[in-house]
Amino acid sequence: MTYRLPSGAALVSGLTLSVAQGETLVLLGRSGSGKTTTLKLINRLLEPSEGEIFISGRTAAEWDPIQLRRGIGYVIQETGLFPHWSVEKNVALVPQLDRWPDDRIRARVKEMLELVGLPPAEFASRRPSELSGGQRQRVGVARALAADPPILLMDEPFGALDPVTRSELQREFRALASRLGKSIVFVTHDVREALFLGTRIALLAAGRLVGEYAPEEFLHSAETEARAFAASYHLWRDDQEAR
Amino acid sequence: MNWYDFVLRNRGEVIARTAEHIGLVATSMAIALIIGLPLGVALVRRRAVQRWVFGVANVVQTIPSLALFGFLIPVPLIGGVGASTAIVALALYALLPILRNTCTGIEEVDAAVIESARGMGMTPQQVLWQVELPLAAPVLLAGIRLATAISIGITTIAAAIGAGGLGVFIFRGVAMVNNQVILAGAIPAALLAVLADLGLGAVQRRVAAK
Repeated sequence: MTYRLPSGAALVSGLTLSVAQGETLVLLGRSGSGKTTTLKLINRLLEPSEGEIFISGRTAAEWDPIQLRRGIGYVIQETGLFPHWSVEKNVALVPQLDRWPDDRIRARVKEMLELVGLPPAEFASRRPSELSGGQRQRVGVARALAADPPILLMDEPFGALDPVTRSELQREFRALASRLGKSIVFVTHDVREALFLGTRIALLAAGRLVGEYAPEEFLHSAETEARAFAASYHLWRDDQEAR
Repeated sequence: MNWYDFVLRNRGEVIARTAEHIGLVATSMAIALIIGLPLGVALVRRRAVQRWVFGVANVVQTIPSLALFGFLIPVPLIGGVGASTAIVALALYALLPILRNTCTGIEEVDAAVIESARGMGMTPQQVLWQVELPLAAPVLLAGIRLATAISIGITTIAAAIGAGGLGVFIFRGVAMVNNQVILAGAIPAALLAVLADLGLGAVQRRVAAK
């Protein structure tokens, strides 16, 4: 698929990717490489200029965008939690929109908060402003998973967290992902995060797909852009060993 | 004779004029809200149209109120001497703060919140009613508060075109060169403005605290 701005500049061009169930596809690339644009093309926050996206056997264009999005969990870096709603109400968003019965929603919210490690008794009635950054991201993940969508889109969800919280959440998320068996598309510019979370890595540069790699082959790729990312990884590891 | 002696002796008329005054303000504010809120929502993120509409509303704001009342008298349907002309003029004055604050209030809502609201599958209506309007409410209320304060003041001038209200005492006092009579209109009008401001301020704080 291809996405162009009204000015004609292509943000994503000729991209072909697929994600299977239970897989975490990491979109890795520098800022402006088209990662976020690709994500927004999947849940139709943007419409492709050319090409098609197939979701559960239907093209995205055939789906009603509202129904499509309710079936796709969406987590962004700034979390986008509603500041005027409690944690409970935030997590209940999609079940509420889909008109689940109240008792089922309450049970589900409890389950989700426990899943992401936030005891409901303590956190359900808090406002997002009363949470730490890491806790907010946990709520963001709980909200995205609440209606049990088969697909999860994550746009640098851990990017704004401090390193300790980040690796904590990364570890938990990896365990969660392998347990839940969703199709996950995860955007990051952090090669370590990509290697740690991805079952497959798609490297993007200037809106094009450079290549797709298994995590173990990524570091050995001969491709220039891949080597640039690999080099940043080795630099970090050498630093670690030098200490 | 003190002004409050005058008020006491004429309390029947003072109460009636105060009620008239409140009626004029309330009716014109209601009209301004009915037009301003939807129009403000419609103008969100439409920069080109905004410039025009805000420009026109700004110009209206600069017309001296006495002149605007005068201009409207010969206009068919809405014009004439009396309350209806005054209400139209007052609504025009209240429109700008309501319009602008509705618009900027919504535009200032965190873009990430709106993106995730859309991304989670809220319809545009749901985004507006459940996310944008509640989060814009404090700014919106500030606009309503300002419009109300302006409106209570300008309504005193509406007496010049026979619309009634507390301005009747002011104009009568000016004609009689009698300060007590002027104060019998001016002080209740000032009290109304203070009370409305305190009341709406309290509402605004409660909404902001949510």
